[in-house]
Amino acid sequence: MKSLEELKAIRERMQGQVGLREEDDTVTRVVVGMATCGIAAGARPVLTAFAEGVQEKGIKNVMVTQTGCIGLCKYEPIVEVIQPGKEKVTYIKVTPEKAKEIIDQHLIRGQVVSEYTIK
Amino acid sequence: MMTELSLNVLDVAQNSVKAGATLIEISVLADTAKDRLVIIIKDNGCGMTAEQVSRVTDPFYTTRTTRKVGLGVPFYKFAAESTGGSFSIHSEVGVGTTVTAEFVISHIDRMPLGDMTETMRSLITLNGNIDFLYRYKVDDREFTLDTREFREVLGGIPFDNPEVSEYIKEYLKENKEETDCGVVL
Repeated sequence: MKSLEELKAIRERMQGQVGLREEDDTVTRVVVGMATCGIAAGARPVLTAFAEGVQEKGIKNVMVTQTGCIGLCKYEPIVEVIQPGKEKVTYIKVTPEKAKEIIDQHLIRGQVVSEYTIK
Repeated sequence: MMTELSLNVLDVAQNSVKAGATLIEISVLADTAKDRLVIIIKDNGCGMTAEQVSRVTDPFYTTRTTRKVGLGVPFYKFAAESTGGSFSIHSEVGVGTTVTAEFVISHIDRMPLGDMTETMRSLITLNGNIDFLYRYKVDDREFTLDTREFREVLGGIPFDNPEVSEYIKEYLKENKEETDCGVVL
Protein backbone atom coordinates (compact mmCIF):
# COMPACT_ATOMS: atom_id res chain seq x y z
CA MET A 1 0.00 0.00 0.00
CA LYS A 2 1.30 3.42 -0.95
CA SER A 3 2.08 5.53 2.07
CA LEU A 4 1.55 9.18 2.86
CA GLU A 5 5.31 9.41 3.49
CA GLU A 6 5.85 9.64 -0.26
CA LEU A 7 3.43 12.55 -0.37
CA LYS A 8 5.41 14.28 2.38
CA ALA A 9 8.56 13.85 0.28
CA ILE A 10 6.81 15.53 -2.66
CA ARG A 11 5.80 18.42 -0.43
CA GLU A 12 9.36 18.88 0.73
CA ARG A 13 10.63 18.90 -2.86
CA MET A 14 7.94 21.36 -3.97
CA GLN A 15 8.16 23.81 -1.12
CA GLY A 16 9.09 27.25 -2.28
CA GLN A 17 8.07 26.56 -5.87
CA VAL A 18 5.27 28.73 -7.10
CA GLY A 19 2.48 26.96 -8.94
CA LEU A 20 0.50 28.21 -11.93
CA ARG A 21 -2.39 30.47 -11.23
CA GLU A 22 -5.35 30.65 -13.56
CA GLU A 23 -5.40 34.42 -13.53
CA ASP A 24 -1.77 34.58 -14.59
CA ASP A 25 -1.79 36.29 -17.99
CA THR A 26 1.11 34.23 -19.32
CA VAL A 27 -0.68 30.91 -18.92
CA THR A 28 -1.98 28.95 -21.91
CA ARG A 29 -5.19 27.14 -21.09
CA VAL A 30 -6.11 23.82 -22.63
CA VAL A 31 -9.81 23.31 -21.97
CA VAL A 32 -11.39 19.89 -22.49
CA GLY A 33 -15.20 19.50 -22.74
CA MET A 34 -16.23 17.07 -20.00
CA ALA A 35 -20.03 16.97 -20.15
CA THR A 36 -21.96 13.78 -20.99
CA CYS A 37 -21.43 14.32 -24.73
CA GLY A 38 -17.69 14.82 -24.32
CA ILE A 39 -17.19 11.91 -21.91
CA ALA A 40 -19.23 9.55 -24.12
CA ALA A 41 -17.14 10.58 -27.13
CA GLY A 42 -13.85 9.88 -25.32
CA ALA A 43 -12.85 13.07 -23.49
CA ARG A 44 -11.32 11.31 -20.48
CA PRO A 45 -8.40 9.69 -22.35
CA VAL A 46 -7.91 12.96 -24.26
CA LEU A 47 -7.65 14.87 -20.99
CA THR A 48 -5.17 12.31 -19.66
CA ALA A 49 -3.12 12.57 -22.88
CA PHE A 50 -2.89 16.36 -22.53
CA ALA A 51 -2.08 16.28 -18.81
CA GLU A 52 0.59 13.59 -19.21
CA GLY A 53 1.96 15.01 -22.47
CA VAL A 54 2.44 18.48 -20.98
CA GLN A 55 4.17 16.88 -18.00
CA GLU A 56 6.41 14.58 -20.08
CA LYS A 57 7.55 17.35 -22.39
CA GLY A 58 8.13 19.66 -19.44
CA ILE A 59 6.05 22.45 -20.97
CA LYS A 60 5.77 25.40 -18.64
CA ASN A 61 2.86 27.81 -18.33
CA VAL A 62 0.20 25.41 -19.62
CA MET A 63 -2.86 24.59 -17.58
CA VAL A 64 -5.15 21.70 -18.52
CA THR A 65 -8.70 22.31 -17.33
CA GLN A 66 -12.25 21.20 -18.06
CA THR A 67 -15.50 22.78 -19.12
CA GLY A 68 -19.07 21.60 -19.61
CA CYS A 69 -21.09 21.28 -22.79
CA ILE A 70 -20.66 24.17 -25.22
CA GLY A 71 -23.50 23.01 -27.48
CA LEU A 72 -21.51 21.37 -30.29
CA CYS A 73 -22.02 17.80 -29.10
CA LYS A 74 -21.49 16.13 -32.47
CA TYR A 75 -17.94 17.51 -32.62
CA GLU A 76 -16.88 16.14 -29.21
CA PRO A 77 -14.32 15.58 -27.81
CA ILE A 78 -13.70 19.32 -28.16
CA VAL A 79 -10.51 20.95 -26.91
CA GLU A 80 -9.95 24.70 -26.81
CA VAL A 81 -6.47 26.16 -26.66
CA ILE A 82 -6.47 29.68 -25.28
CA GLN A 83 -3.16 31.49 -25.46
CA PRO A 84 -2.75 34.99 -24.04
CA GLY A 85 -3.11 37.65 -26.73
CA LYS A 86 -4.16 35.17 -29.40
CA GLU A 87 -7.47 34.04 -30.81
CA LYS A 88 -8.94 30.92 -29.23
CA VAL A 89 -8.37 27.73 -31.25
CA THR A 90 -11.07 25.03 -31.13
CA TYR A 91 -10.05 21.47 -31.96
CA ILE A 92 -12.79 18.94 -32.66
CA LYS A 93 -13.10 15.15 -32.54
CA VAL A 94 -9.84 14.98 -30.65
CA THR A 95 -8.22 11.64 -29.83
CA PRO A 96 -5.19 10.92 -27.61
CA GLU A 97 -3.09 10.64 -30.81
CA LYS A 98 -4.27 14.02 -32.06
CA ALA A 99 -3.61 15.40 -28.59
CA LYS A 100 0.06 14.43 -28.90
CA GLU A 101 0.27 16.22 -32.23
CA ILE A 102 -1.43 19.32 -30.82
CA ILE A 103 1.07 19.33 -27.93
CA ASP A 104 4.05 19.04 -30.29
CA GLN A 105 2.85 21.43 -32.98
CA HIS A 106 0.75 23.98 -31.15
CA LEU A 107 1.83 24.08 -27.52
CA ILE A 108 5.56 23.64 -28.22
CA ARG A 109 6.06 25.15 -31.70
CA GLY A 110 3.15 27.57 -31.78
CA GLN A 111 1.75 26.17 -35.04
CA VAL A 112 -2.00 25.59 -35.06
CA VAL A 113 -2.88 22.09 -36.37
CA SER A 114 -5.54 23.48 -38.71
CA GLU A 115 -6.70 20.11 -40.06
CA TYR A 116 -8.18 19.32 -36.63
CA THR A 117 -9.81 22.68 -36.01
CA ILE A 118 -13.46 23.51 -36.49
CA LYS A 119 -14.21 24.67 -40.04
CA MET B 1 -23.91 5.81 -24.68
CA MET B 2 -21.07 5.17 -22.28
CA THR B 3 -18.81 2.15 -22.65
CA GLU B 4 -17.75 1.84 -19.00
CA LEU B 5 -19.49 2.44 -15.69
CA SER B 6 -16.52 4.54 -14.60
CA LEU B 7 -17.43 7.04 -17.34
CA ASN B 8 -20.98 7.24 -15.98
CA VAL B 9 -19.49 7.91 -12.55
CA LEU B 10 -17.31 10.69 -13.97
CA ASP B 11 -20.33 12.18 -15.72
CA VAL B 12 -22.76 11.97 -12.79
CA ALA B 13 -20.12 13.31 -10.38
CA GLN B 14 -19.85 16.40 -12.61
CA ASN B 15 -23.40 17.20 -11.51
CA SER B 16 -22.15 17.24 -7.91
CA VAL B 17 -19.34 19.59 -8.96
CA LYS B 18 -21.86 21.91 -10.62
CA ALA B 19 -24.07 21.71 -7.52
CA GLY B 20 -21.31 23.48 -5.59
CA ALA B 21 -20.38 20.49 -3.42
CA THR B 22 -17.34 20.78 -1.15
CA LEU B 23 -17.23 17.04 -0.45
CA ILE B 24 -18.10 14.27 -2.90
CA GLU B 25 -18.12 10.68 -1.67
CA ILE B 26 -17.87 7.93 -4.27
CA SER B 27 -18.19 4.30 -3.19
CA VAL B 28 -17.74 1.27 -5.41
CA LEU B 29 -18.83 -1.80 -3.46
CA ALA B 30 -18.71 -5.25 -5.01
CA ASP B 31 -20.07 -8.38 -3.35
CA THR B 32 -19.27 -11.30 -5.59
CA ALA B 33 -21.14 -13.84 -3.42
CA LYS B 34 -24.33 -11.82 -3.78
CA ASP B 35 -23.47 -11.00 -7.42
CA ARG B 36 -24.03 -7.30 -6.77
CA LEU B 37 -22.07 -4.15 -7.53
CA VAL B 38 -23.29 -1.00 -5.81
CA ILE B 39 -22.02 2.46 -6.75
CA ILE B 40 -22.94 5.42 -4.54
CA ILE B 41 -22.22 9.04 -5.41
CA LYS B 42 -23.01 11.36 -2.52
CA ASP B 43 -22.47 15.10 -2.34
CA ASN B 44 -23.14 18.01 -0.04
CA GLY B 45 -24.09 20.34 -2.88
CA CYS B 46 -27.17 22.50 -3.29
CA GLY B 47 -29.55 19.54 -3.63
CA MET B 48 -32.74 19.37 -5.66
CA THR B 49 -36.42 19.92 -4.99
CA ALA B 50 -38.79 16.93 -5.09
CA GLU B 51 -40.06 18.22 -8.43
CA GLN B 52 -36.54 18.32 -9.91
CA VAL B 53 -35.78 14.83 -8.57
CA SER B 54 -38.93 13.48 -10.20
CA ARG B 55 -37.81 14.86 -13.58
CA VAL B 56 -34.09 14.17 -13.43
CA THR B 57 -34.33 10.75 -15.10
CA ASP B 58 -36.29 12.27 -17.99
CA PRO B 59 -33.82 12.65 -20.90
CA PHE B 60 -35.70 15.70 -22.14
CA TYR B 61 -35.23 17.54 -18.88
CA THR B 62 -32.11 19.56 -18.19
CA THR B 63 -31.23 22.78 -16.43
CA ARG B 64 -28.43 23.55 -18.85
CA THR B 65 -29.00 26.01 -21.64
CA THR B 66 -26.54 24.80 -24.27
CA ARG B 67 -28.68 21.86 -25.37
CA LYS B 68 -32.17 20.53 -24.80
CA VAL B 69 -31.42 17.04 -23.56
CA GLY B 70 -29.93 15.74 -20.32
CA LEU B 71 -28.72 12.21 -20.90
CA GLY B 72 -26.22 11.61 -18.10
CA VAL B 73 -28.56 10.38 -15.38
CA PRO B 74 -30.92 8.50 -17.77
CA PHE B 75 -27.93 6.63 -19.26
CA TYR B 76 -26.74 5.65 -15.80
CA LYS B 77 -30.22 4.58 -14.66
CA PHE B 78 -30.66 2.45 -17.78
CA ALA B 79 -27.21 0.88 -17.29
CA ALA B 80 -28.26 -0.26 -13.79
CA GLU B 81 -31.82 -1.33 -14.48
CA SER B 82 -30.96 -3.22 -17.66
CA THR B 83 -28.90 -5.63 -15.53
CA GLY B 84 -31.81 -6.34 -13.21
CA GLY B 85 -30.40 -3.89 -10.67
CA SER B 86 -31.87 -0.69 -9.32
CA PHE B 87 -31.38 3.05 -9.35
CA SER B 88 -32.40 5.76 -6.89
CA ILE B 89 -31.78 9.42 -6.14
CA HIS B 90 -32.32 11.05 -2.78
CA SER B 91 -31.91 14.76 -2.56
CA GLU B 92 -32.66 17.59 -0.19
CA VAL B 93 -32.28 21.26 -0.94
CA GLY B 94 -29.36 22.70 1.00
CA VAL B 95 -28.18 19.28 2.18
CA GLY B 96 -27.07 17.37 -0.90
CA THR B 97 -27.79 14.51 -3.24
CA THR B 98 -27.12 10.77 -3.13
CA VAL B 99 -27.27 8.69 -6.30
CA THR B 100 -27.28 4.93 -5.75
CA ALA B 101 -27.03 2.40 -8.56
CA GLU B 102 -27.04 -1.35 -8.10
CA PHE B 103 -25.88 -3.74 -10.81
CA VAL B 104 -26.10 -7.51 -11.16
CA ILE B 105 -22.44 -8.36 -11.77
CA SER B 106 -22.96 -11.46 -13.91
CA HIS B 107 -25.68 -9.99 -16.13
CA ILE B 108 -24.71 -10.04 -19.79
CA ASP B 109 -25.78 -6.42 -20.27
CA ARG B 110 -23.66 -5.06 -17.42
CA MET B 111 -21.01 -2.68 -18.64
CA PRO B 112 -17.51 -3.26 -17.30
CA LEU B 113 -16.58 -1.01 -14.39
CA GLY B 114 -13.65 0.28 -16.45
CA ASP B 115 -10.92 2.62 -15.36
CA MET B 116 -12.02 4.03 -12.00
CA THR B 117 -8.43 5.10 -11.37
CA GLU B 118 -8.53 7.60 -14.26
CA THR B 119 -12.04 8.73 -13.32
CA MET B 120 -10.99 9.51 -9.76
CA ARG B 121 -7.70 11.10 -10.79
CA SER B 122 -9.51 13.32 -13.31
CA LEU B 123 -12.09 14.39 -10.74
CA ILE B 124 -9.50 15.10 -8.05
CA THR B 125 -6.97 16.95 -10.19
CA LEU B 126 -9.55 19.01 -12.09
CA ASN B 127 -11.45 20.08 -8.98
CA GLY B 128 -8.72 21.05 -6.57
CA ASN B 129 -11.09 23.00 -4.33
CA ILE B 130 -13.40 20.01 -3.75
CA ASP B 131 -12.65 17.12 -1.40
CA PHE B 132 -13.25 13.54 -2.48
CA LEU B 133 -13.71 10.47 -0.35
CA TYR B 134 -13.34 7.39 -2.55
CA ARG B 135 -14.07 3.92 -1.22
CA TYR B 136 -13.41 0.77 -3.22
CA LYS B 137 -14.53 -2.51 -1.69
CA VAL B 138 -14.46 -6.00 -3.13
CA ASP B 139 -15.93 -8.61 -0.78
CA ASP B 140 -14.07 -8.19 2.53
CA ARG B 141 -11.15 -6.11 1.24
CA GLU B 142 -11.27 -2.37 0.77
CA PHE B 143 -9.34 0.87 0.60
CA THR B 144 -10.21 4.52 0.81
CA LEU B 145 -8.71 7.68 -0.58
CA ASP B 146 -9.50 10.85 1.32
CA THR B 147 -8.24 14.04 -0.28
CA ARG B 148 -8.61 15.83 3.06
CA GLU B 149 -5.70 13.71 4.35
CA PHE B 150 -3.67 14.49 1.22
CA ARG B 151 -4.45 18.20 1.55
CA GLU B 152 -3.21 18.21 5.13
CA VAL B 153 0.10 16.63 4.13
CA LEU B 154 0.56 18.79 1.03
CA GLY B 155 -0.07 22.17 2.59
CA GLY B 156 -0.72 24.51 -0.32
CA ILE B 157 0.59 22.30 -3.13
CA PRO B 158 -2.27 21.72 -5.58
CA PHE B 159 -3.53 18.30 -6.70
CA ASP B 160 -2.88 19.14 -10.36
CA ASN B 161 0.85 19.46 -9.69
CA PRO B 162 2.33 16.77 -12.01
CA GLU B 163 4.09 14.88 -9.21
CA VAL B 164 1.04 14.94 -6.97
CA SER B 165 -1.20 13.85 -9.85
CA GLU B 166 1.14 10.93 -10.54
CA TYR B 167 1.14 10.01 -6.84
CA ILE B 168 -2.67 10.01 -6.80
CA LYS B 169 -2.72 7.73 -9.85
CA GLU B 170 -0.22 5.29 -8.31
CA TYR B 171 -2.06 5.38 -4.95
CA LEU B 172 -5.32 4.46 -6.66
CA LYS B 173 -3.72 1.84 -8.90
CA GLU B 174 -1.69 0.03 -6.24
CA ASN B 175 -4.49 -0.02 -3.68
CA LYS B 176 -7.01 -1.17 -6.26
CA GLU B 177 -4.79 -4.10 -7.20
CA GLU B 178 -4.36 -5.06 -3.55
CA THR B 179 -8.10 -4.82 -3.00
CA ASP B 180 -9.44 -6.74 -5.97
CA CYS B 181 -6.38 -8.98 -6.51
CA GLY B 182 -6.68 -8.50 -10.26
CA VAL B 183 -10.37 -9.42 -10.52
CA VAL B 184 -11.82 -7.40 -13.40
CA LEU B 185 -15.21 -6.00 -12.47
